[in-house]
Amino acid sequence: MADKLESLQGDVAAALGDRVVRAVADRGELTVEVAAANLVEAARILRDEASLDFSILADLCALDYEGFGDTSRQGPRFAVVLHLLSIRHNRRLRLRAYCPDDGFPVVDSVIDVWPAANWYEREAFDLYGVVFEGHPDLRRILTDYGFMGHPFRKDFPISGHVEMRYDPVQKRVVYQPVTIEPREIVPRVIREDSYGTGKS
Amino acid sequence: MAEIKNYTMNFGPQHPAAHGVLRLVLEMDGEVVQRADPHIGLLHRGTEKLAETRTYLQSVPYMDRLDYVSMMANEHAYVMAIEKLAGVQVPERAQYIRVMFDEITRILNHLLWIGSHALDVGAMTVFLYAFREREDLFDMYEAVSGARMHAAYYRPGGVYRDLPDRMPQYQATNQRSASEIARLNENRKGTLLDFVEDFTNRFPACVDDYETLLTENRIWKQRTVGIGVVSPERAQALGFTGPMLRGSGIAWDLRKTRPYEVYDRMDFDIPVGTNGDCYDRYLVRVQEMRESNRIIRQCIEWLRAHPGPVITGDHKVAPPSRVEMKESMEELIHHFKLFTEGMHVPPGEVYAAVEHPKGEFGIYLVSDGANKPWRLKIRAPGFPHLAAMDEMVRGHMIADVVAIIGTMDIVFGEIDR
Repeated sequence: MADKLESLQGDVAAALGDRVVRAVADRGELTVEVAAANLVEAARILRDEASLDFSILADLCALDYEGFGDTSRQGPRFAVVLHLLSIRHNRRLRLRAYCPDDGFPVVDSVIDVWPAANWYEREAFDLYGVVFEGHPDLRRILTDYGFMGHPFRKDFPISGHVEMRYDPVQKRVVYQPVTIEPREIVPRVIREDSYGTGKS
Repeated sequence: MAEIKNYTMNFGPQHPAAHGVLRLVLEMDGEVVQRADPHIGLLHRGTEKLAETRTYLQSVPYMDRLDYVSMMANEHAYVMAIEKLAGVQVPERAQYIRVMFDEITRILNHLLWIGSHALDVGAMTVFLYAFREREDLFDMYEAVSGARMHAAYYRPGGVYRDLPDRMPQYQATNQRSASEIARLNENRKGTLLDFVEDFTNRFPACVDDYETLLTENRIWKQRTVGIGVVSPERAQALGFTGPMLRGSGIAWDLRKTRPYEVYDRMDFDIPVGTNGDCYDRYLVRVQEMRESNRIIRQCIEWLRAHPGPVITGDHKVAPPSRVEMKESMEELIHHFKLFTEGMHVPPGEVYAAVEHPKGEFGIYLVSDGANKPWRLKIRAPGFPHLAAMDEMVRGHMIADVVAIIGTMDIVFGEIDR
């Protein structure tokens, strides 16, 4: 397992060269980080290079790192993560690119490399507001027609901003500000590493 | 001369052949589809966002509700992701139980698929037979978990409890005579494993019945052969997995290529199609039911001979037994902490995938060390399949759209999440 991961890491490093910003091998999985500007180029190499041949884009999603680890985290807020699968070599790779601008996150679309990216990118745009440059049809996909905001961002409350109800006076469905209070029974806590081990 | 124009047609979301809440906007030229634009999200519940505000254990039942016809397979990917991230060892017996229930789930899913697919295309009888067998599978779910569908049986570190020693029996009512009840309880006299074994003895003949109704059926072949053809290269580019990929002739199955749990000890084959049309995908799934039956039989044999624990003894992950909890102060604290604060998972990120009945079902889990996941991304197999809808139906007749929706095995719980 470990030597398989090392050989993958070697092949990726040889193919991508200095485009690799960081490569982390953890729990049997390799994560390669590239700059957002190099994403499409790196993706094309990973797909076309015979030693890698990542023919399937298994997954593409966005992440919001605001407040990650309850510390004042430095660095960009949004990232796009791709999970690649090579059927020929039976390997997996995670490719990550951080969006440089927190206010207006943009990365280039990989739709020309893997057509499967079409809906994944629409989903990431819908839920996180990450714009994919070059996507031909970047519409909302999962949320309602006419939805406002990007619901999976960490600053979007879980109860949402508006609720829908039938108004008997106006005889139609109306939207109004939510009337429920967000309620969190179990608080989110991060313990120090030694917690519960009996050692201090 | 009259001007001929394309017209747009709305299919669903309230349509029996839409398999839930699919809204399809079709651009038609006569009866030929020029373009299909699926509108999804009508069943979007924000499962991934909800999971960010729940502890790890509280999200297990949400997984059942993703693909609501293969419940335990979804749970499996989720608990595997947690186990991988936290480095938890699962007892061998629990691994066998999981494999057995994964295959029961596969049959459960494929039975619903064959019934509804055939019903959409115009063969009603298969549906009735398939649902008869599904009842027995639901009884197995109920015997281990108490719920017929949304089981929440797989837990991080193992399964909730061991297989029961006796099956629930039918009770006499004023509707059914005593002899009728005795007949119904015939195969429920022994343990759950006896009941499952009885099912596996009967099931191959049931599959033969479905095949008699469909495989050589002229109408069935006219409706499926050469419909929705996907080449192997295109299937990969579109991100297909599972029977959709194998139907196109690529022998890729995570149970063989990346064996998880105890699949590497199982003897089974991977059926592969040649033409990549709806008919080949039908044959692949039917054969998969037979292979699942084989796997279940091997699991039964092993489970009979090897009793043991079914959940990890690490009480930071899995709760202690009721008796221990009542007698030991330390276990009481473990129990309290686990159910109030939840387990803590070390920081990191993992992607765990299982061979779900529909394809590769993956969970991408990011933790920052808290008692709740930072990000949970569900890689639903149906999502890329439905995304390829436009490409697959282009140039087909409108009646074939229904056959292609059927062959994709669409379930909206997992696509909309």
